[in-house]
Amino acid sequence: MVESIKDRVAIVGMGCTQFGELWDKSRVDLIVEAAKEAYEDAGIEQKDIQAGWYSNYYDTTGLTGMGLAGPLRMDYLPITRVENACASASDTLRNATYAVAAGIYDRVLVLGAEKIKDQGLSGLAVRNLDMGGLMFSMTMPGMFSMMATKYFNHYNISPEDGKRMLAYVSWKSHKNGVDSPKAHFRKEVSMEQIIKAPIIAWPLGLFDCCGVSDGAAAAIIVPAKDAKKYRDDPVYIKALQMSVAPADGTTTTKYDFLHVESTRRAGAKAFEEAGITNPREEIDMAELHDCFSITEAVTMEDLLFSKEGNVKEDIESGFFDRDGGLSVQPDGGLKCFGHPIGATGLRMVYEIYKQCQGKADKRQLKDPKLGLTHNLGGQPPHCTIFVGVFGT
Amino acid sequence: MAVGIISYGAYIPLHRMSREVFYNAWGGAKMGGERSVCNFDEDSVTMAMESAVDCLGGIDRNKIDGLFFATTTQPYLEKLTASLLATAIDLREDIRTLDITDTLRAGTSAVATAADIVKAGSAKSILVAAGEHRMAAPAGDFEMAMGDGGVSLLIGDENVIATIEGSYHISDEFAGVWRAEGEEFIRTWEDRMVLDKGYSEVLLKAIKGCLQKYNLQAGDFAKFVYDSPLESRRHPQMAKSLKLTEEQVQNPLFSTMGNCGSAHAMMMLADALEEAKPGDKILWASYGNGADVFILQVTPEIEKLGPRRGVKKHLESKRMLENYDRYLRWRKLVPLERARRGEQSPVSISTQHRDIKISLALYGVKCKACGAPQFSQGGSYGYFTPLRVCVDCQTYDQMEPYRFSDKSGKLTTYTEDRLADSNDPPTTVTVIDWEDGGRGIFDMTDRGGVELSVGMELEMTFRKLFTDRGVHNYFWKTRPVRC
Repeated sequence: MVESIKDRVAIVGMGCTQFGELWDKSRVDLIVEAAKEAYEDAGIEQKDIQAGWYSNYYDTTGLTGMGLAGPLRMDYLPITRVENACASASDTLRNATYAVAAGIYDRVLVLGAEKIKDQGLSGLAVRNLDMGGLMFSMTMPGMFSMMATKYFNHYNISPEDGKRMLAYVSWKSHKNGVDSPKAHFRKEVSMEQIIKAPIIAWPLGLFDCCGVSDGAAAAIIVPAKDAKKYRDDPVYIKALQMSVAPADGTTTTKYDFLHVESTRRAGAKAFEEAGITNPREEIDMAELHDCFSITEAVTMEDLLFSKEGNVKEDIESGFFDRDGGLSVQPDGGLKCFGHPIGATGLRMVYEIYKQCQGKADKRQLKDPKLGLTHNLGGQPPHCTIFVGVFGT
Repeated sequence: MAVGIISYGAYIPLHRMSREVFYNAWGGAKMGGERSVCNFDEDSVTMAMESAVDCLGGIDRNKIDGLFFATTTQPYLEKLTASLLATAIDLREDIRTLDITDTLRAGTSAVATAADIVKAGSAKSILVAAGEHRMAAPAGDFEMAMGDGGVSLLIGDENVIATIEGSYHISDEFAGVWRAEGEEFIRTWEDRMVLDKGYSEVLLKAIKGCLQKYNLQAGDFAKFVYDSPLESRRHPQMAKSLKLTEEQVQNPLFSTMGNCGSAHAMMMLADALEEAKPGDKILWASYGNGADVFILQVTPEIEKLGPRRGVKKHLESKRMLENYDRYLRWRKLVPLERARRGEQSPVSISTQHRDIKISLALYGVKCKACGAPQFSQGGSYGYFTPLRVCVDCQTYDQMEPYRFSDKSGKLTTYTEDRLADSNDPPTTVTVIDWEDGGRGIFDMTDRGGVELSVGMELEMTFRKLFTDRGVHNYFWKTRPVRC
C-alpha cells in the first residue's frame, strides 16, 4: 500500500430514505429525499456542493451523471456515475473520497439510489450479455446456496444443524431490524418459522434471503481537517478497500466454495490500512452484505471474526448479536432493509455513522468507535468485494 | 471392397410413459406397454447427437467424411441441421453434410445414399444420424403409439460389421399419413386403408421384390428387421405373410418405446446388431410412401466392436413419467402462465457464430505454459469468450483447443433452485470438475429423483435451451451418468 486513506476524509452529513416496496415513490423522489436529509444533517445547501458521485444499477445506463444532476437540478457540476453491481454504492464513496483526499474538492455529494420494484418481477432481473444467453438458468439464491451445500458437506454439518446455524443469522437480524424505522421488514421471526419456511434453493428458505426493495442513501464528504467546521461529531474514513476477482471461481478447480477470496483480500488490506491487528476484538460493529444467510456466515470467517470452520459456534453462542462481542447488522442488514442495489453500500455506512454519533435510538450500541462495512457485487465463485472501516 | 455398417449407436430418452397414463387422461382405446418421451430440452437434433456420440466411441472423428441428418422433425425448414450436428460432434470442416427429411424413410434413404456415395469412392465413411420427436395431437392413438429417440449408423468401407449386399426400393404415392407446412401434428386418412393398402401391401411387395431380385428365400435370413406402423397388429401379420419363424422376427419395440418415425427402422437394426453373430444375414426394411429394403451380411468385425449403450442399455435405464400434465408441459402442448422473472435475453447470432465451437462442441482451452485445461466461463452470470489469458498462471496467448464434451467429472457443489423459471423444477445447477482438469457450471437435466451428493460422477449431454425468433439454441448440460 503506497498511502493509507485513514483519517484524511470525513463524513459530515448523511441521508437515508425509507427502504421498502415504495409503490408511490419514483427514483427521483428517493434521490431528492436522501440528498435533502444529507444537506440538512451537514448544515449545508446544494449550492455548496462542488462535485457529485452517483451509483445506480438498473435505470441510468447511458444517462450519464444526469441520473443524479437531473433530479436535483444541480448546477452544471462534474458528476460521475459508478456501477459495480451490488457493491456500486461503496465504490462510489471510494472514488469520491479519493478526489477529496487529493485536494481537488472540499464538499462532495455521494448518493446511491435504486428503484427496483417497478420491474414487475420477483427477485432481480438478470441480463445475459455474452454468447446469446447460453447459460445456466439459476437465480441469486441458487448461486449462493452452492456455498451452503459445500460448507455443510465439507464440515460434515447435518442438514438440520446447518439449517439451524443459518436460521440464527436471520433470526438475529430480524430481531435487530424491529428497531430500525427505515427498514423494509420490522418483524421479529421465530427460529421455527425460519426453519420451516418454504425452500427457495436448498438449504436457503424464504427467511434466508434478503428482500428486494427500493431506497436511496447519501453522504456529504469533506477533507478531515475541515470536518469540525461542520459538526462536532464527524465520522472519519479509516479504510476503503476493494478486491475484484478475475472471474475465476467457475473456471479453476482451485476455488473451494467455502469462502469468498475477494473478501479475504479486501479485508486484509482494509485492516492494514486502518491499522487493525485483531478485527474480532477491535471492531465494534459490522454491516455485512447478508444477501443470504450463508453469505453472512462465510463472511465472518473471511473477515477473521471467526476462525475457519468455526462460525457456527460463534453464531449460535450469540457473539454477533447486538449485545454480543461484535454486533453484526445492528440495524437488521440487507435481511431487513432489502437490497436496492445502488444504495445498499451507503445505507451500511449510514448505520455506522449514526451509531458513532450516538443517534441510533433503540439500536444504540455502547460507545462504538469503529465500524466495518462489507459490500458484495456478483456471486461467491467470483465477485467484487468492498470492505470499509469508519470511526470516530 | 465391401460397403456397409462400421458402427452403430442409439439413444432413447430416460423418460417413459405407460400408455395407461394416456388412457387415464382421455379414455378411448386401451393400448398396452409404454412409450419413450423426450425431456423438454430434447428434440430430434439432441437425440441424434447422443446416438452419434454412442456410435463414435473409440472412432477417430477426424476420419469421417460426411454427416447426414435424417428426420421428419427437423428444427428448420431453411437452414441445414447436419452442419450443426457436425460441429457439435466435432467433425472436420471439409465434409459432406445433408439433411434428409420429410419422409418416414429418411433414415433408410440416408443410409442408402451414404452407401452409394462410399461405393462410388467419393467418401470413405459417412455418419447417418437420425432423431425423431413426432408430435401427435392429445387424446388420440398416435400420442400413445409414438416414441422419441435417436440412432446413428456409420457407413463406410473399412472394418465393416455388416456389409450391404443389396437393396431394393419402391416409390408409392399415397397421402396416408401426412403433416402439411405450418402444421404441428400429423394427420391420417381412414386407418384401415392406411394400414392395409399402404403399409401391409407396399412393404410386403418390396420385401418380396427384394428376395426375388437377389434370388433369396425367407429361410436364408437370421433376422427380418422391418418397422411397424403406429399400431401393433400389422407387424406380426407381416411376419405371417412372409411365413417367418418367431426367432426371425426382430422385436418392433412397440411395447417398450413406441414408434420413432423415420429413425425407427435404424433403431430396430441397432437392436438387432447388438445380438447379431458373424455370418448372420439380415433383411432390413422400412416403409413410408414406398419402401427401402436391404440385405445385410454380418461380418466377424462385429466381435471387435467396443462397448456402447445402444438400444438395450438405454431401454433398461428409465424413469417412468406418471404425470400426463408434465407430458403436456414438456411438449409445449398447453399455454402456461409466465413466471414473474426476468426476460430471456435475445440471442446474438454474431456472438454465437464467433464462439460456435465453444457452445456446440464444448471447446475450452489448455494452457501450454502450465497445462491447465479451462472452459471459458466466468463473470456474474456465466459468459463465454475465447480464453486468452490463463486463469491459473496468467500467461498470455499460449492456449490450445481442448474439448470438454466427452469428459466426465465429479460434482463439486450444486443447487436446487425453486425460484428459477423451469419446465422441470427445481432447476438443478451443478459445478463439475472434469476428470482431467477444468471446471464448469451447467444446468443439470434428466435428474429426476436421483439424490445428489458432492463428489458423484456426472457426464455432459447436448440439449436445447430455448428458441428465440426461430433460432434454436443448443448447449450442454450435466446429468448423472446415465447407464
